[in-house]
Amino acid sequence: MAVQTYDYLLRDKHGKDYRDLAVYRAAGGYKAVLKAHQMGGEAIINEVKAASIRGRGGAGFPAGVKWGFVPKDTNKPKYLVVNADEGEPGTFKDNYFLSHDPHRLIEGCIITSMALDIHTAYIYVRGEFKRQIETVDKAIADAHKAGILGKNVLGTGYQLEVYTHSGAGAYICGEETALLESLEGKPGQPRLKPPFPAVVGAFGCPTLVNNVETIASVPVVIEHGGEWFHKLGVERDGGSRLIGISGHVKKPGLYEIGVGANMREVIYELAGGILEDRPLKAVIPGGSSCAVMTPEQIDAPMTLDGIRDAGSSFGTGGIIVMAEGTCMVKALQRLSHFYAHESCGQCTPCREGTGWMARIIDDIEAGRARQEDLDTLLEVADQIGGNTICALGDAASIPVQSFLQKFRAEFQAHIDHGGCPIEGPMPRGTRP
Amino acid sequence: MAQAFSPQADAEIEAILQRYPNRLAALIPTLWVAQREFGWLAEETMELVATRLDLPPAKVISTATFYTMFHKKPVGRYHVQVCKNISCYLRGSDEVTAAVKQKLGVAPGQTTADGNFTLEEVECLAACGRAPVVQVNADYHEWQTAESVVALLDRLAAGDTSGGV
Ligand SMILES: Cc1cc2nc3c(=O)[nH]c(=O)nc-3n(C[C@H](O)[C@H](O)[C@H](O)COP(=O)(O)O)c2cc1C
Ligand code: FES
Repeated sequence: MAVQTYDYLLRDKHGKDYRDLAVYRAAGGYKAVLKAHQMGGEAIINEVKAASIRGRGGAGFPAGVKWGFVPKDTNKPKYLVVNADEGEPGTFKDNYFLSHDPHRLIEGCIITSMALDIHTAYIYVRGEFKRQIETVDKAIADAHKAGILGKNVLGTGYQLEVYTHSGAGAYICGEETALLESLEGKPGQPRLKPPFPAVVGAFGCPTLVNNVETIASVPVVIEHGGEWFHKLGVERDGGSRLIGISGHVKKPGLYEIGVGANMREVIYELAGGILEDRPLKAVIPGGSSCAVMTPEQIDAPMTLDGIRDAGSSFGTGGIIVMAEGTCMVKALQRLSHFYAHESCGQCTPCREGTGWMARIIDDIEAGRARQEDLDTLLEVADQIGGNTICALGDAASIPVQSFLQKFRAEFQAHIDHGGCPIEGPMPRGTRP
Repeated sequence: MAQAFSPQADAEIEAILQRYPNRLAALIPTLWVAQREFGWLAEETMELVATRLDLPPAKVISTATFYTMFHKKPVGRYHVQVCKNISCYLRGSDEVTAAVKQKLGVAPGQTTADGNFTLEEVECLAACGRAPVVQVNADYHEWQTAESVVALLDRLAAGDTSGGV
């Protein structure tokens, strides 16, 4: 069975420059704003609930439900904050909207704001995305000039300002409360929850935080209807979404699939299978903090529940593929150094534990480790998980725990061998 | 001479302040303006930002030092950042880094003697589907190999920035 792909969100094959406002509008762009305005807030929220969109930022919280948590009656201002901090290794989907379809995101911001009576939206973009910020800023300016943003959105009388806000190099700022701290000008250290941002968010006010792709899907939902969008996916996990495949596949890149597509087929059909037709060794299915899977686990539907039942998590939909010939210790080393580098330092188990894990893995790879280090490594991972303010601690532990669970023999072989026993190079990929 | 913002930068900071309900929120955008104006964030520059935004210098320093993209020392004209994270690693980023090291004769974190190039290894740049990825200043260079990155450095050393820096 061929995997069904879509081009509702991923429009890169259209041969059109959607950054150009005229091109965007000619394809029906910004019409959903007028439709939404006629529907009114309650009806927009119901449509998003009917669409059953689970947040695309990694945690998969139902978007409509989260929107419902934003208080209606409040005399405080409310904010929309779009999470464009995309930094989870293996994840590169939000980059597409920011680079190539910025008006989709702006249109999503307008409809979302109308639904919740919000008049200021910030798009928090990771600092490395300088060109993407220029692209979005230009789209905002063009929309302003055309009367799509500002005091009177498309003649509806609705007022909305949208601003980009550049991060400055800190993965932790993708965590929503760290992001809010950063937006407020402070170091990006996560806050204790509750209170949740929907109630006490930016500047002490009710704030909706959603991922770029979540918000960019909203115009499609309003244009075609929530039920329609829902049916592209499965029950309680609706819609189409972007999947990014990287690593040892023949055709790495982005694909738009219906939620529920089979992961093995996505890897072997859409992405063309494994480089050099080597056997598959391992897959990380949803960005680097998801548990690593072995080939016999990957015959699973790509839904939040489906990947969970198969032993990992859907995360951000960034699938990292590793072929036979990859050293699993070296692969884990990259991830563990990343988490050690990105720990914000606020919680002791995470600050100390992530560095400790990275050092032990260095020792294993270099052939310096002793037998008991393997147990220490697992103990440290187990002590971080669940003992920190935010989920970065878990994100750092899960790779260690799962790599050791699935590939313990390979770690053992490094110790027995006094270094890396993997012979030969990894497969070589070229630009497809 | 003491540092001062150019009139253009000053107007930009004024516009930034309008976007937020308080001055502290303008800090990171203003630090970006300052870094663009002065190249890096010397203590003097951070004090200038504190004065301009009427914030305690300690607040400015604690924020500026938290974020890796704010330079605490000067960087070269071309800031060559090779992604070393997993997807790039799987597609050969170590060879790219090795080629840059050999070509420039510097280790990650160092700047060439002529002040032209700073090499750094960085974490995931969110372009993993086109790995290996190298960012030079604002621009991404995707699908890199040892050969292509050397050609890129040659082009930049010759002052040709037509294909992006
Ligand atoms: C360490 C860490 C990093 C995160 N990074 C991102 C990110 O880069 N982008 C993102 O949208 N969500 C990220 N999240 C998830 C956010 O906290 C939040 O759940 C999300 O932005 C909500 O949007 P959604 O409901 O639309 O998915 C991260 C979470 C953690 C714990
Ligand atoms: S791992 Fe290099 S860009 Fe993501």
